[in-house]
Amino acid sequence: MALYSEKVMDHFRNPRNVGVIEDANGVGEVGNVKCGDIMKMYLKIENDVVEDVKFETFGCGSAIASSSMATELIKGQPLEKVKELTNKAVVEALDGLPTHKIHCSVLAEEAINAAIDDYEQHKDENR
Amino acid sequence: MIYADNAATTKMSSKALEKMTSVMTDIWGNPSSLYAHGQNAKEVLEDARAEVARLIGADVSEIYFTSGGSEADNQAIRSAAYAGKRKNKMHIISTTFEHHAVLHTLNKLEKEGYEITLLDVHENGIIDLDELRQAIREDTCLVTIMYANNEIGTIQPIKEIGEICHERGVIFHTDAVQAVGHIHIDVVEDNVDMLSASGHKFNGPKGVGFLYCKKKTPLYNLIEGGAQEKGKRAGTENVAAIAAMAEALQEKSENLEESISYISGLRDRLIKGLKEIPHSVLNGDETRRLPGTVNFCFEGIEGESLLLLLDDRGIQASSGSACTSGSLDPSHVLLAIGRVHDVAHGSLRLSIDEELTEDDVDYIIKNVKEVVEYLRNFSPVWRDLVSGKREFIL
Repeated sequence: MALYSEKVMDHFRNPRNVGVIEDANGVGEVGNVKCGDIMKMYLKIENDVVEDVKFETFGCGSAIASSSMATELIKGQPLEKVKELTNKAVVEALDGLPTHKIHCSVLAEEAINAAIDDYEQHKDENR
Repeated sequence: MIYADNAATTKMSSKALEKMTSVMTDIWGNPSSLYAHGQNAKEVLEDARAEVARLIGADVSEIYFTSGGSEADNQAIRSAAYAGKRKNKMHIISTTFEHHAVLHTLNKLEKEGYEITLLDVHENGIIDLDELRQAIREDTCLVTIMYANNEIGTIQPIKEIGEICHERGVIFHTDAVQAVGHIHIDVVEDNVDMLSASGHKFNGPKGVGFLYCKKKTPLYNLIEGGAQEKGKRAGTENVAAIAAMAEALQEKSENLEESISYISGLRDRLIKGLKEIPHSVLNGDETRRLPGTVNFCFEGIEGESLLLLLDDRGIQASSGSACTSGSLDPSHVLLAIGRVHDVAHGSLRLSIDEELTEDDVDYIIKNVKEVVEYLRNFSPVWRDLVSGKREFIL
């Protein structure tokens, strides 16, 4: 019996969309180093669609896997749909997380919301 | 596979395993029964007791078998505490980085009205003897300080601690779970009144340990029942496991000097190699440590992901990160030696034994370096450190 599902291990070992978007127009960072988890999401939003997304994560295996899975779920999706993403969807897509690791998926949801907030706050300035 | 988590548990030696199965197969009687089959089991039990006593310099009457280190710790501490209470001595001294078997027992005693003083273990993971001298009071009934730390491996000045305790008439207990079978121990030379040990930490079986309790030191039983272990520990003895534990300890003790010099050579090679990783630190005193235990913190990464990736590369180790402990806080040991949360999350403990070779150690060094670098490359914390947005701690 392994600690994590195969899906979690796959996303942990081969994280999708890792890195930085230099010209991102929405960036969100959540968590704190004291608790041992920080997630940073970079969004490139064009015509209300998430054209590109990248992440950086300091954290455990499930934090890295949750970030990776969340980026896959939102890439190419319309902003309105992305706003509806819940941590539950991330957990389901990963075939579950151990109970004490659910907060990692919450962090992924929060990081995306923080990046969208950042985009919406600044979008008028960019016009 | 490279097993580098011997501080968690060890593989049973083939001799111990053989002993265990042979006792279970042939001498399975109850040592309390009077017919020969039972008395044969009694003989196996008493032979094991004599052997364990001899190997730590104790008298055979001073060894009590338990279910392991935690039980021995609980029993030793409670015994000294109860004896103290009868004389109105309800003050106990320990350290901030003891095993939870000790710390949680002390927490309970505190709720029962005892006063607990926890000594600082400083950045090197070793107590200051003057601070111990100052902490002892008229009403101190017990000093309990671990022989060697389970996470960082530092060894306390046990002999000197015992000397101070005896000058002041205080009982001295040591949790020697990590030390027994790994370094030379003699309870008389070490001035110890009570000592706890666990079989599975020195290639014996799990679920068995012992408590050394010097003659005339008060001992109360935790478990009520039959008259086993001179009435101090009820329950039919786990004869096969006890015999196997004695066998394992004998094997360890026979080759002790040789394995200490071999394993500490590997340890120092490991420390030297891992020190090359920038912004890292060795936890605990560099020399006053167990032959096989190495613990590092690496800034900018988290320990659990490090462990999982090392496991993928065939290396089994452990970490004091919060994510591996199941709580929000990282290891209390690392916090006790002054590591802040930020770096305590990025810890790695490697506890090696004589099964490893220099090539294995080099493989560990190479892979830890690669994995730390890989994880730092997508860590937002590392990015902030490198860009100067956040200050390096290490």
